[in-house]
Amino acid sequence: MNTKKFELSRWIFTVMCGALSILFIVPLVWMLSASAKLERDVMTYPIQWIPQEWNWVSNFQKVWLENVPFSLFYWNSFKLSVLATLCTLIFSSMAAFSFAKLRAPGKGIMFGLMMSFMIIPEQATLVPRFIMIKWLGLYNTHEGLILMLAFSMYFTFLMRQYMMGIQNDFIESAKIDGAGYLRIYAQIMLPLSKPILATAGIIKFIWTWNDYQNPLIFLFSKNLYPLPLGIQFFRQEYSNNVSLMMMAAVSAIIPLIIVFIVLQKQVINGITVGGVKG
Amino acid sequence: MSSLDQPGKMNRKKWWNPSKKEAVVGWLFLAPEAIGIITLAIFPLIFSLFLSFTNWNLVGGFAEMKWVGFDNFTRLIDDSKFLKALQNNIIFTAITVPVGLIIAMIMAVIIHTKVYAKDLFKILFFIPYICSTVAVAAVWAALYHPSSGPINRFLMELGMADPPKWLVDSHYAIIAIMVIAIWQALGYQMIIFLAGLTQISEELYESAEIDGASGIQQFKSITLPLLAPTTLFLTITTIISSFKVFDLIKFLTDGGPNDASTVIVYRIYEEGFINFNMGYASAMSWILFLLVIAVTSITWIVQAREKKA
Repeated sequence: MNTKKFELSRWIFTVMCGALSILFIVPLVWMLSASAKLERDVMTYPIQWIPQEWNWVSNFQKVWLENVPFSLFYWNSFKLSVLATLCTLIFSSMAAFSFAKLRAPGKGIMFGLMMSFMIIPEQATLVPRFIMIKWLGLYNTHEGLILMLAFSMYFTFLMRQYMMGIQNDFIESAKIDGAGYLRIYAQIMLPLSKPILATAGIIKFIWTWNDYQNPLIFLFSKNLYPLPLGIQFFRQEYSNNVSLMMMAAVSAIIPLIIVFIVLQKQVINGITVGGVKG
Repeated sequence: MSSLDQPGKMNRKKWWNPSKKEAVVGWLFLAPEAIGIITLAIFPLIFSLFLSFTNWNLVGGFAEMKWVGFDNFTRLIDDSKFLKALQNNIIFTAITVPVGLIIAMIMAVIIHTKVYAKDLFKILFFIPYICSTVAVAAVWAALYHPSSGPINRFLMELGMADPPKWLVDSHYAIIAIMVIAIWQALGYQMIIFLAGLTQISEELYESAEIDGASGIQQFKSITLPLLAPTTLFLTITTIISSFKVFDLIKFLTDGGPNDASTVIVYRIYEEGFINFNMGYASAMSWILFLLVIAVTSITWIVQAREKKA
């Protein structure tokens, strides 16, 4: 085969693919450019991809520091994402440890049952969960929302699969040294499961950060809003100000894009691991 | 399964021995997750089945609850809004699933075999998937703006005198939303296809090459059949998630204009959390649940048949 010709076709495909991928993220490029413009320049046509007059700082100040409490939405999102992620990691890893390594009669049936519940769509149980949260007095609290986000059979399953691959020798020798189950869990299993914990943690964080539906149902007060509700509120307040809207969108998206680019291996791994084996 | 029993301690009192301890500890460890999943998944599902046979607005407490039998379900059959929602969900599934998966598969094959800088492309195509749906919806809303948005300006430049009004046009709202949905999910689907492709042995392609099989023949006789499990997985998950579409609809159109873009989950939201018809919303929730069960069982049956064959 003619290698030179082969190389050439590879270059052609790369360039074509490159053009396609740029077209693909054009909406995000447009968002970035609009967020830095004066309002009167946003909808000009043909599109000025590079703003003629930079208005980045002023837009940033208006979004972050003026009457809509955007920085508070940000803090709420951060708090909710960290706490929901921590809860999920703790509960899922505890259950995974038990499912993978402890001999408890009946746990197999429990595992099967809990796996089968994964088929229940979240949306199908919104109404009763809303009623339950009201009864508990947790409606319109961050605690109630975190409770709704704290349990995930998906991550329990991923962690169980990973922990089954950890050799029993580690546990046996710890037991001979007199370690209790809690120490085995905290000092042996958790450190050995770091890769899957990191993967699960990042994905859960991203999902919670982007979650719109649960806060919409379980929160009511503006001062408790996370970013997605904040953006919705922002849209009602500034419906005619596209540049500020785009600045808000950029602010919500950029941290995640940075996290993703830095930790792409874990993110992609966490997304695919459930898919390919499932 | 491992037994972690320590020998030598067996001579303690009969009722308390290491294996009993392990059983108790084992259940304690899985208790929080198990209780959480049971109280937040299966219990609410049963509760909503009960609610679906009642008429209840939540405000009056249980005393106000009225048992209405199958009324909520029979009402669904005549509810034009619900039928519209069901129709939109079907259109949504019938278009976004095949279109999205075909594009994703083609792109995955090209990126897997034919380009340099594979990882860079993976990242670029994946970015919309990790973005907040609400934030990207806000961007698309500006792009779709009927008079000044870049999409319509472009169409007008091409000579289209009266381009669609997209999100505020009852014929185009659902189409505009499908475009966003396909765009956002494409990166995920592509990544899963790529993961499936890396599991296909290179040798198969090499020997096909020696036999003189063309690229398209190779795709048909090696890639497609060996990628089938991945395709099946993605088909199920994409169908199910297309039944659950909500965020884009709520944020962009509120089901409008005139319910033109309403979907089942939006109807559940509307009845349950705006009108507080808890019984009626529960009946719709069960329809959603049964649809998901139906899709999953059909694909299981197909899969089982293929394994036999």
